Amino acid sequence: MTSTVMEQPLNSYHLIAQTCLLAGKIILQNGGETYRVEDTMVRIAASYGIADAQSYVTPTGILFAMDASVPTTRLIRISERSINLRKVSLVNDISRRISGGQLDVSEAHRLLTEIDELPFAYPVWLQVLVAALASGCFLIMFGGQWHDFMAAVLAGGLGFGSVVVLHRLVPAKLFAEFAASLLLGGLTILLVKSGLALDLDTVIIASVMPLVPGLHITNAVRDLMAGHLVSGLSKGVEAFLTAFAIGAGIAAALSFY
Amino acid sequence: MSWGWIEQAIMSFISAAAFGLIFNAPRQMLPQCGIVGMVGWLLYMSCTEMGLEAIPSTLIAVIVVAIISQLFAKLYKTPIIVFSVAGIIPLVPGGIAYDAMRKVVENEYDIAVQLGVKAFMISGTIAIGLVLSEVVNQTIRRLERL
Repeated sequence: MTSTVMEQPLNSYHLIAQTCLLAGKIILQNGGETYRVEDTMVRIAASYGIADAQSYVTPTGILFAMDASVPTTRLIRISERSINLRKVSLVNDISRRISGGQLDVSEAHRLLTEIDELPFAYPVWLQVLVAALASGCFLIMFGGQWHDFMAAVLAGGLGFGSVVVLHRLVPAKLFAEFAASLLLGGLTILLVKSGLALDLDTVIIASVMPLVPGLHITNAVRDLMAGHLVSGLSKGVEAFLTAFAIGAGIAAALSFY
Repeated sequence: MSWGWIEQAIMSFISAAAFGLIFNAPRQMLPQCGIVGMVGWLLYMSCTEMGLEAIPSTLIAVIVVAIISQLFAKLYKTPIIVFSVAGIIPLVPGGIAYDAMRKVVENEYDIAVQLGVKAFMISGTIAIGLVLSEVVNQTIRRLERL
């Protein structure tokens, strides 16, 4: 450690490990598949000359080991997860460039840090607005009448918006989803009772769609298929719990109808 | 092609692109998300129109969605989930799951279980469709390497 000769490789190993972990962390936190996380980390390590890197990824943490001349093992705990596919695809680009030998370690680390600090691709108000619009479109797709279009837009916007707001106030995502679908169901029932909407069922189905855990379902399947049994099952459970919370919220609203 | 189909096409395009935006997909990829969703939904609709059951219709639509997603992923060098998620969302059996929930509330548990199993089967079909096209894709890649 005291000699400068030893310090150089030690530092660069450290930086390689940091870079791999950062890339893995960004993908995992923003809704990427587990196999993509492992693949990216091992690929980056291999591009920097470390052939036998090992990674073990679950939805809540990453374990990464490099068995080079200086063995390194690192663990990162992932507690915050959201969906931001732009970041996943940006890290994918960086990983491609690293594999192509176009980026050195310090440059790659700098770029990844920048990506990590990026905000969401779109402002929240736009997401809520678009979720509301999507609910209206789903209403037509599921055989609803144009008369109910505005009702679905309102209910869908309220549902998605309240998940976003409630999730900030209450850390338990399950409760936020339950409360949001309860509100959504309640609003739809009010609209139907006051004669502004005609078909209760279709409006509720359409406006619940933005809350459906579609990404978790696809990810769970792809993980299971790639042999990541622990991740696949836990993501499947996450999807099931979300679906259950939504269903329970709607059921609770309907029981007052 | 009647007005109904054009209406369905426009609506499914908008909703799939909207889902891309909700999941923060890159801006340049939103039209592609819309196309994947639209093709999947129109295929599903035409299959059910021709009298196929919900499960085979879903399977056909999901397989095509997965194939197009793979093509787009290769073409635009973007992770495949960006496209496949937008494509499968309209096919998720939300309506049947809702009906099942409603029957539970109305104390008609026998019908609720029937509907619940059906929703579960359709979800499983979506999963199988995704797996199937993925496996075929990997096999083709391996054959090319031989």
